[in-house]
Amino acid sequence: MDARAILREGLLDRNPGLVQLLGLCPLLAVSNSLANALGLGLATLGVLIVSNLVAALAGPYLPREVRLAVFVIVIAAAVTSVELAMAAWWPGLHDSLGIFLPLIITNCLVLARAESFASRQPLSSALLDGMAMGTGFLVALLLLGTVRELLGSGSLGVGLEMLLGPEFAGAGWQLFPQSNGLLLALLPPGAFVLLGLLLALGNWRAAARKHVAAEPAGVTDTAA
Amino acid sequence: MATPAETSAVRRAARAAAVLVAAGTVAVGLVALVHDLAEPRIEASRQAQHLAQLTAILGDVTYDNDPLSDIVSVHDPELLGSEEPLVAHRVRRGGEAVAVLVNAVAPDGYAGPIRLIVAVDAQGRLLGVRVVEHRETPGLGDLIDERRSDWIHGFDGRSLGDPPVARWQVRKDGGDFDQFTGATITPRVIVRAVRGVLEYVARHHDELFGAAPAPGGPGTP
Repeated sequence: MDARAILREGLLDRNPGLVQLLGLCPLLAVSNSLANALGLGLATLGVLIVSNLVAALAGPYLPREVRLAVFVIVIAAAVTSVELAMAAWWPGLHDSLGIFLPLIITNCLVLARAESFASRQPLSSALLDGMAMGTGFLVALLLLGTVRELLGSGSLGVGLEMLLGPEFAGAGWQLFPQSNGLLLALLPPGAFVLLGLLLALGNWRAAARKHVAAEPAGVTDTAA
Repeated sequence: MATPAETSAVRRAARAAAVLVAAGTVAVGLVALVHDLAEPRIEASRQAQHLAQLTAILGDVTYDNDPLSDIVSVHDPELLGSEEPLVAHRVRRGGEAVAVLVNAVAPDGYAGPIRLIVAVDAQGRLLGVRVVEHRETPGLGDLIDERRSDWIHGFDGRSLGDPPVARWQVRKDGGDFDQFTGATITPRVIVRAVRGVLEYVARHHDELFGAAPAPGGPGTP
């Protein structure tokens, strides 16, 4: 697979959050604000890159019977390291993400990419796939986080100083008072509804494109 | 004698086991390394965060001791809401205790226990109250969180006589404190918990505001 195809798959055609619906649990639980979404998205991206790298390097040499088990160990070690690092250097964000940080281990996206893609591909493709899929997941999180924070809290980017450092205290905009926010958007059911709307939008776009593409394709077929 | 097929199966299994053990060892070693690097920072940032939290509750009260180490154990399931002993931090200026920061629990929150820290000065006046842990409904009960609304500042400067004890209630129950639209339980239990702390501090005043190690202080009132 060439680089463009890998990027396209991760970001759009097979976006892990919006198309494959992998890792729904953290996607819906943590996307209640932009800051949380960004933090979890970046952590997942980092873990995906590390696990894809290790899978590509070690995959071909691992006995088939224990390959999955080894990947699980690698992912667990990577996630634990990220969690410790976050507790040390970004404690506010660590507290805010809570249990969903260690739960990256159980995000099937990470294991699926290591097993079904990275372990059968050259190092460069595996690395690129990790970045593309991780960024795709990050984009899905940011999209939900932005909409939910805007609708639910009437703000955008509040709490980003947890990630960027205390110099950024007071960052973000409060567009209207939180009390006027749509509570549903902050709760998991609201996240589900929003995700459903995003999926519908994506499917509608895909269907429209197929419709447009169908005619010229038919013409070429007859010509050939 | 094992057949060649059996030997080869045993070999495969042994190899797989060896790979698994090696992967586990490397992974544990790596995590241990990261842990050793991160642990001092985690501890330091936890302490700094805790101290910053306490300082923020005190408002403009200045002090010159270390409240994190100058602590007393407080225990009163009825007034402080916890079966377990809790910690109170003393705040001193020039050796004299000017305030205490009491940890307390409102055990009957809408979605489980709510943990608070309550700062009381030597005259029994509230310097500040903060909710430090809760699971109340976002947008309704979570307005008790200082980051969500300034409701919690309604306690600043209050004491057991202000308002009179009978009016230490939310308005709906005939008291002086606001409830929220759609959420009465949460503010109600917070008001009750804060009043409990004030009563506890009043009963144990000498013990809480005593000299540092308080050897042979006056008996309990």
